[in-house]
Amino acid sequence: MTTPMIEHPRTLHVEHSMGTVFTIDIRDGGAWAAAIADVCTWLHRVDRVFSTYRDDSEICRIQRGELAVADADPDVAVVLDECARLQRQTAGYFTAVYAAKLDPTGFVKGWAIERASAMLRAHGSRNHAVNGGGDVQAAGEAAPGQPWRIGITDPHGRARVRDVVSGRDFAVATSGVAERGAHIINPFSGVAATELASVTVVGPSLTIADVYATAAFAMGDNAVRWLQRQPAYDGLVVDADGHAHTTSGWTSAAA
Amino acid sequence: MRRAILAIVSTTAALVMILSFKTHGTAPVTTPPAAVSSTGTSSGSTTSSSSSTTASTSTGTKTVTGNAVDTQYGPVQVQVTVTNGKVTSATAVDYPQNSPRDQEINAYAIPTLNQEATQTGTANIDMVSGATYTSEGYIQSLQSALNKA
Repeated sequence: MTTPMIEHPRTLHVEHSMGTVFTIDIRDGGAWAAAIADVCTWLHRVDRVFSTYRDDSEICRIQRGELAVADADPDVAVVLDECARLQRQTAGYFTAVYAAKLDPTGFVKGWAIERASAMLRAHGSRNHAVNGGGDVQAAGEAAPGQPWRIGITDPHGRARVRDVVSGRDFAVATSGVAERGAHIINPFSGVAATELASVTVVGPSLTIADVYATAAFAMGDNAVRWLQRQPAYDGLVVDADGHAHTTSGWTSAAA
Repeated sequence: MRRAILAIVSTTAALVMILSFKTHGTAPVTTPPAAVSSTGTSSGSTTSSSSSTTASTSTGTKTVTGNAVDTQYGPVQVQVTVTNGKVTSATAVDYPQNSPRDQEINAYAIPTLNQEATQTGTANIDMVSGATYTSEGYIQSLQSALNKA
């Protein structure tokens, strides 16, 4: 018994960078080695410039007073300006400067992934998804006529999918404690936020979705109320007891 | 007794869940699967930290056998059949059957396993979002399972 085969092109690449793993999944036909090489060069460059774990990164050198922002990689000023803008927009719950320490890492990964997707578009790919450690920017469709389907892991059991979202040209970011423990500090209380298990934000830009997810996580019980006021973005919040709360625009695509 | 059944079902269902996240379904099921047979290949790609693989997602039927998992009742090994990206059947190829009680449990558990696995397979996802994993955590992540599917 033979089932008819319908082949769809797919190029998959997995790259370790920034202490996590990036998955690049291209669903257009053709050869993508050069585009993937460009994206990987970009990801490693972002790590070298922005890592707070590398003593020789430009961020660490700026922190120590050895390098002026004006003399640094031009992207440093771009990132710090955007961080300042998003700090105001999130009522201070997202910040790249905490306890006199410069740490834009909460912004950089989502931004780097969104840029990676833009680079793939510039190389001619209209249908792809880039996933960096659990934050996804998706372009076009997974297959002709089929939007991307992104599963959201259950923070209380990471082999389980808690919900599924579906769409074209959209981003999904999740912040939570499931993988690396309580690491998101509420900048107003000075202690790690523990009211929630995870916050997932869906919207057009991964840079914004990622920052909103982190800020909302730090807000704790006010997360859904705040996300509800952000145009073009929706959220799924799973609290520490495992209960799910969503904004009114959240649309599940779970079967 | 009922707890024993549930333990086996949940252990095997969890294993099936990992196996069942096929990269992506491309068409509704049009042909019933031949149970435990392989009539098509899916994306046969493996990945590593610095290599790309080009493959095709496809419709068709493929059968995957999971690793044997030691449960408190004995080893359990599950085989699932994936058709057009969905789990269409699951069979326990190795399970405790020494005592009459084992056999009684399995008479109930195996059909339940099959039903649960089939429902789980409908999740049918392309990518996974979750709290940021480390390089080590990635190995156990659903995304890693998807990338191998």
